Amino acid sequence: MKLPKFPNPFRGLPLRFDREGRRLWKDFGMSIAAFVCVVIALVPLGSILIEAAVRGLQAIGPSFFLLDTAYGGIGNAIQGTLILVAFASAISLPVGILTGIYLSEFGKNRFGDAIRFFVDVMTQIPSIVVGIFVYSLILLLSVSGIVSVRLVFSAIAGTIALATIMIPFVARTAEEALRLVSVSTREAALALGIPRHRMILRVVLPTGASGLVTGALLGVARVGGETAPLLMTAYGSGFGFSGLDQPVESLPHTIYTFALSPYTGQNQAAWGASLVLVLMMLMISVFSRLLLRSRYPLGGAGR
Amino acid sequence: MTLKVRTEHLSAWYGAKRGIEDISLDFEEHAVTAIIGPSGCGKSTLIRCMNRLHEVIPKARSEGKVLLDGEDIYALSAVSVRRRIGMVFQKANPFPTMSVYDNVSAGLRLNGVRDRKRLDETVLRSLKHAALWDEVRDSLDAPGVSLSGGQQQRLCIARALAVEPEVLLMDEPCSALDPIATAKIEDLIFDLKKEYTVVVVTHNMQQAARVADYTAFLYLGKLIEVNRTRELFERPAQDLTEKYITGRFG
Repeated sequence: MKLPKFPNPFRGLPLRFDREGRRLWKDFGMSIAAFVCVVIALVPLGSILIEAAVRGLQAIGPSFFLLDTAYGGIGNAIQGTLILVAFASAISLPVGILTGIYLSEFGKNRFGDAIRFFVDVMTQIPSIVVGIFVYSLILLLSVSGIVSVRLVFSAIAGTIALATIMIPFVARTAEEALRLVSVSTREAALALGIPRHRMILRVVLPTGASGLVTGALLGVARVGGETAPLLMTAYGSGFGFSGLDQPVESLPHTIYTFALSPYTGQNQAAWGASLVLVLMMLMISVFSRLLLRSRYPLGGAGR
Repeated sequence: MTLKVRTEHLSAWYGAKRGIEDISLDFEEHAVTAIIGPSGCGKSTLIRCMNRLHEVIPKARSEGKVLLDGEDIYALSAVSVRRRIGMVFQKANPFPTMSVYDNVSAGLRLNGVRDRKRLDETVLRSLKHAALWDEVRDSLDAPGVSLSGGQQQRLCIARALAVEPEVLLMDEPCSALDPIATAKIEDLIFDLKKEYTVVVVTHNMQQAARVADYTAFLYLGKLIEVNRTRELFERPAQDLTEKYITGRFG
């Protein structure tokens, strides 16, 4: 059998150090450096995926998905994560996308600049600070008797925390997606005597739609893995969903508690939960990438 | 000669920068008027003022009047002006998410027309008018952006014709096209003037000579000279015009 020939990286390198020789050696050195950096960057990623897969698969079985965390499964955690993310999306997608539309279509003034600045600041706020904010907000409201004290650790509190993180993210990605819709496409619509609001609704939004969906999905992926804000809001529960005013379990919280547990069975379940969470987020990312290659690509020849 | 559009002392600015200065120009009905001049002389600005698209640009403003059938278009709503004065752009810009059919019918559909029969008829008539029907009759559902560059430009012309404008403004419609596609568009412009008043901005003096009944020469935002095309090219009244058309500058 003939082995494939490995290309000799030193081939073509001269043993002289005149102007061209130095240039070739420099090129060679930089290529190696870039390659090494790529490897360094990929090691953690690969290591996480492999480790989670190898250790997690041992924990995964049919009962793993069905049982509640109180009995060593993650059924209620998946349920809780889905509920939290669904409610957070229901709040933040409309608000975020409408903000994005405002910023992109009407925000070329000082007010728009101010909103953009605050939205940017909000995306940088550490998520644990958001958790403390929502925790104190609801606590203050309950102390003043406006809401029930039960809401301090509840699905509602978790939803608000996740939505607070998601809104600025969705607003910015929506703005970026709509800004990609070229001036010439907009002018084409205006020149046909189409009023501006209808141009935005019927031309700009459909043209930017795949970008909007991608942004929304990445927002979902982003908050789906949040742990810190949930510790102070949704808190966690050993059992399934029992009401919006009750604590609810989530996958990141399960990983957190199981990983710190003294029992090896739970440690292993933490790996299983990690694998499930990673796969869920990966699926969302891949799905959003696929959407970008839609029937009418954004980079069409007409733009 | 019937007057269709007239600009009176029209000036336009982009912020503090002046694009055109005090242009008074008449456009005859059912004729092709070409606007020539070197890059940056205000040709596009002039026609963008004529369908009120200039004002869409942030900080852009204009002064003076544009009369359409004697009526100041700045006293009408921008939307109704643009339905009467259509525009074709330098770079073909079909709507990227729409099919050929949807592109042509966009002006009607997006303004609330749902009658399928009327849309079908309009698409057929417009595509035939734009000399594109024979090439796309079997691919009306294909994306507009899947057509070739020249076809896309004719698609944009069909889209502009579908709303039945009275005036058609064309901003260097052939500058991105090869000579064959250019010839097709030029033939089309010649046909279009039977029903429309056509204004063509062009860099190409041969093109102006081929298609236009009247030619206006702009330089540095000012109208230097306007005349019947033949007169302007054979006996330019201004020294500047002669220098430009003989290629001694610009």
